[in-house]
Amino acid sequence: MTGVPSDFTPAESLRYARHLVLPEIGPAGQAKLKAARVLVVGAGGLGSPVSLYLAAAGVGTLGLVDFDDVDASNLQRQVLYGESDLGRPKLEAARERLRDLNPHIDLVLHHARLTSGNALDIIGGYDIVVDGTDNFPTRYLVNDACVLLGKRNVYGSILKFEGQVSVFGGGDDAPCYRCLFRQPPPPGLVPSCAEGGVLGVLPGIIGTLQALETIKLITGVGTTLIGRLLLFDGMALKFREMKLRRNPECPVCGDDPTVTGLIDYEEFCGLKAEAGVDGEATDEIGAGELKGRLDAGDPIELVDVREPFEWGMANLEEYGARLIPMNQIPDRLEELDPAREIVLICRSGSRSMQVTRYLRSRGYERARNLRGGVLAWGEEVDPSFPRY
Amino acid sequence: MKGKGKAKAGPAVVVVRIPGPLRDLVGGAAEVDAAGKTVRAVLDDVVERHPGLRRHLRTESGALREHVNVYVNGDDVRFLRGEKTPVSDGDEVILVPSIAGG
Repeated sequence: MTGVPSDFTPAESLRYARHLVLPEIGPAGQAKLKAARVLVVGAGGLGSPVSLYLAAAGVGTLGLVDFDDVDASNLQRQVLYGESDLGRPKLEAARERLRDLNPHIDLVLHHARLTSGNALDIIGGYDIVVDGTDNFPTRYLVNDACVLLGKRNVYGSILKFEGQVSVFGGGDDAPCYRCLFRQPPPPGLVPSCAEGGVLGVLPGIIGTLQALETIKLITGVGTTLIGRLLLFDGMALKFREMKLRRNPECPVCGDDPTVTGLIDYEEFCGLKAEAGVDGEATDEIGAGELKGRLDAGDPIELVDVREPFEWGMANLEEYGARLIPMNQIPDRLEELDPAREIVLICRSGSRSMQVTRYLRSRGYERARNLRGGVLAWGEEVDPSFPRY
Repeated sequence: MKGKGKAKAGPAVVVVRIPGPLRDLVGGAAEVDAAGKTVRAVLDDVVERHPGLRRHLRTESGALREHVNVYVNGDDVRFLRGEKTPVSDGDEVILVPSIAGG
C-alpha cells in the first residue's frame, strides 16, 4: 500500500484498498473523494447506479433529490430498490441501501421536486451535480442553475436502447446543455421512457459512465467528456463521439447571456396550458370534472392517443373512449367531428396536449386535453387504474 | 458512361444514421443511404422517401427543429454552415434528437 490519508480510519483504509493502490487515485485521490460534495438529481434509473457507485467510491457528501415513491414498474431498472420497498418514498429506501453500502459517508436527502424556487439553494451546497432526471423542464432547470452557480453538470439521458453522456458547464469555457440542445422539443414529440420504453440495463451503462466522469472530475485524473457528447447505441453496441462547442450566442452561458436567473421551465418547454380570460385553462379539463360530466351524460367524445400496448393495460372504453395513436391522428382526421366536444387522453397529458393543439389549429375548437392524463384519472377518479 | 479520371459530378452519397426513437419511421433501419451535395439536400432526400420523418426534423415552416442536432463526421452543422454544409461521398450524417429519459 502506498499509505493512507491521515484522517482515514483503519476500516476506511481497508474499504478503499483497491483505490489506494491505484497510483492515479491513491491516498490523495481518496481524500479528495471524501471531501467532495455531489448532488444526484433524480433517484431513478440513472440515479440508482450513480448513487450506488459514488457511495461505494467514498464520495464524502452525497445528496439525493427525489419526490417519488417506489413503484413496481421501477424495479426493472432502478437497482437501488427491491420488492420490500414498494410504496415507500424512494429516498427512505435509498438511505437504507446506501448506508448499508457505505456507512462512512454523509447522505443528504432532499425530499422535493427540484424547482426554480429551490434549485439554487439546493445545488449551491454541492461541488458537482449529476443529472439523472427524466423530463425536459428539469433538465433545463438543472443546466441553468449549474451555469449560474458555476457547477459542473454530469449529464446522462436514455431512451429505448440508446443513451447520451456529457459533462457541462462549470467554467473552463465548457459548453452547457443549451449549447447542445438550444430548445426543448415540442411537447409530445419525444417520448419519455414511460411512453417509449427503456431497456432496463441501459441506465446501468449510462449511469455508471456518469459516476466515472464524476470521480474523474473530483480526483482530476484522465480526460473528461467536457466538450464531447458520447452517444451509446445498445443495439449495435457502438459508442460514437460528437464534438460539442460552447455556443457564443447561448442564452445562459454565451458571451451576452439573456437568461440571468431561473425561469419557468414548464412554460419554456411548452407545457403550460393556454389560459382563458378568467385565468382558467380553456384547452384542458381535469379528471374529476371529466368524470362528473361523463356521469351526467354529456356527449363527450374520448380519444385515447396512446400506443396500443398502453391501451391494453387499461383504458376508458367503458366511457366510450377509442384508440387513435398520436402518429395516426393526421391521417384519420375524417373520423373526428369538428363540431363535437373531444377530450384527448394519454398517459401523462403531454402527448394529448400536442394533439389538442394540432386539432385546435385545424378547426377543432372544442378539443380539450385531459390534464395529467390517465395518471391523473387514477389519482383523482379511479385508484384501481394502473400506474405505469 | 465511364469517365476516366474525371471527378464525379453527381450528388454525394452519404450514410444517414437514424436514432432509435425514429427508426419506426424508416422501416426499422438504423441507417439509410441518401444523396445530395449539402446537408439540406441529404435531409430532403431522406424525408422524400420517408415522409413520416418530416415533422420530427422540421417545423411547419420548414426550419430544422432546434432539439434535433445534425452532425457530419462528428461535427455539429450549426457550428459549420448549417444546412448549407457540404457533404462528400462516404460522409456520415448523424441525427441526434434530444432525449430526456432517466
